[in-house]
Amino acid sequence: MARLGMVIDTRQCVGCMDCVVACKTENDVPDGHCRDWISQRLEGAMPDLHLTITSERCNHCDRPPCVTCCPTGASHVHDYGKVVLVDHDKCIGCKACLASCPYGARFVHPEGYADKCTFCMHRVEKGELPACVAVCPTHAMHFGDLDDPQSEVSRLIASRRHFVLKPDAGTGPRIYYLE
Amino acid sequence: MLEFVTTRHNPMVDPALHVWGWEVPVYLFLGGWVAGSMIIAGWLARRGRRPGDGCVCHVLPWLSLVLLSLGMGALFLDLEHRLYVWRMYLTFQPLSPMSWGGWILILVYPVLLLGALTSIPTDLLSRWPAVAALAARLRQPEAAGRLGMVSIVAGIALGIYTGILLSSLGARPLWSSAALGPLFLVSGLSTGAAFAHLIARNADEQASLLKADTVFLAVELALIGLVLVGLLTASAVHANAAALLLGGPYTAVFWVLVVGLGILLPLLLQALMVSHRIPHTVIAPLLVIGGGLALRFVIVSAGQYSHWISP
Repeated sequence: MARLGMVIDTRQCVGCMDCVVACKTENDVPDGHCRDWISQRLEGAMPDLHLTITSERCNHCDRPPCVTCCPTGASHVHDYGKVVLVDHDKCIGCKACLASCPYGARFVHPEGYADKCTFCMHRVEKGELPACVAVCPTHAMHFGDLDDPQSEVSRLIASRRHFVLKPDAGTGPRIYYLE
Repeated sequence: MLEFVTTRHNPMVDPALHVWGWEVPVYLFLGGWVAGSMIIAGWLARRGRRPGDGCVCHVLPWLSLVLLSLGMGALFLDLEHRLYVWRMYLTFQPLSPMSWGGWILILVYPVLLLGALTSIPTDLLSRWPAVAALAARLRQPEAAGRLGMVSIVAGIALGIYTGILLSSLGARPLWSSAALGPLFLVSGLSTGAAFAHLIARNADEQASLLKADTVFLAVELALIGLVLVGLLTASAVHANAAALLLGGPYTAVFWVLVVGLGILLPLLLQALMVSHRIPHTVIAPLLVIGGGLALRFVIVSAGQYSHWISP
């Protein structure tokens, strides 16, 4: 069974926000909310400054706390690609999953249920790429099976220095950032 | 220099998590209060208190039903997808303390109803022979003792789950303490004992409840110390979370309302009352009840504010 994940090259990402716009358009994300976003981290002192731009979203963790805390089973790990999804008809809007996510990746949809990135499962199941990956103008984003050593994402992780967000939270995030 | 800029702007998540407002602390407080009342009522029932003897334990199930219903009302108001609440009872999620809580509440209601039933005078039940027969059976010493034990167990489950509910959410470092469950349980016991003391008519009963509450407050104080020491001696993330209460934005409200007015002052007043240096006063129990409410508000609010600091 595949274990889908994403690899994002921070050297190629320019923070253009195409991924954010593509996600909002593709998934009809309501106004005032976002499933993905851009963060910029500027470190150092003049003239030695280092800027890291990261396109962030739900990390579809290997040990997702949002799934274990959900009282109804609405938050679940989908059989296809072990992607973390929310069944809207089961969600009661208790917001435990929002509180349990160290990444702040979830929000409450105006209709009342918890919402977040789905890795565009409706596209992926048809063999297409997630909208954010498909539109990236610098080809900084890569998507595939992390369990397949021959996949593009596995080869990138094996060949380049990389990091994940909040590794000490212990959730096993599946979005890797190439340094 | 470190400058961090993000385009994320989701309501209830940014700039700091604030998913739970007044509803959840109120529910946790009322749930703890009911839990404490159930344990006290159960303990008194097992000590041989029987209907008609004026014991406060016969009133507590009725008040607990009201308080728990108010608490569940607050919880319902907190839900964002309210019409789907029944989904909670189509499944049991063993790793979700919130799922345990949903089912514990289902257990607690019938226990409270049976406890309340035993205090209804027999002649009022004459029109419903089956209910009257059940009430008569429950008044038998052996059955009353068993119901008392069930009440204690259900009360412990209810009281401790409210703390575990928070401590299981590892993304909030302030809540990452195994002592939070016992703390909320003991705080509930303290609130329950204070309220029972407030409404008790029998002087001996008042004195017993007063002594019990004094012990509960002392244990609560120790558990607060344990929570803080546990956080301070853990990782930097947890120490930063503890700093919210030790110099950070929640310091004043925590130390003044929760510890000072909610625990230390009533502890002093009750110690003086126990040693008969001052007469019984309603001030101490009212402070304890207010302190219990403040504890839930501070822990829920500060806990949401705490977060993992690494990028």
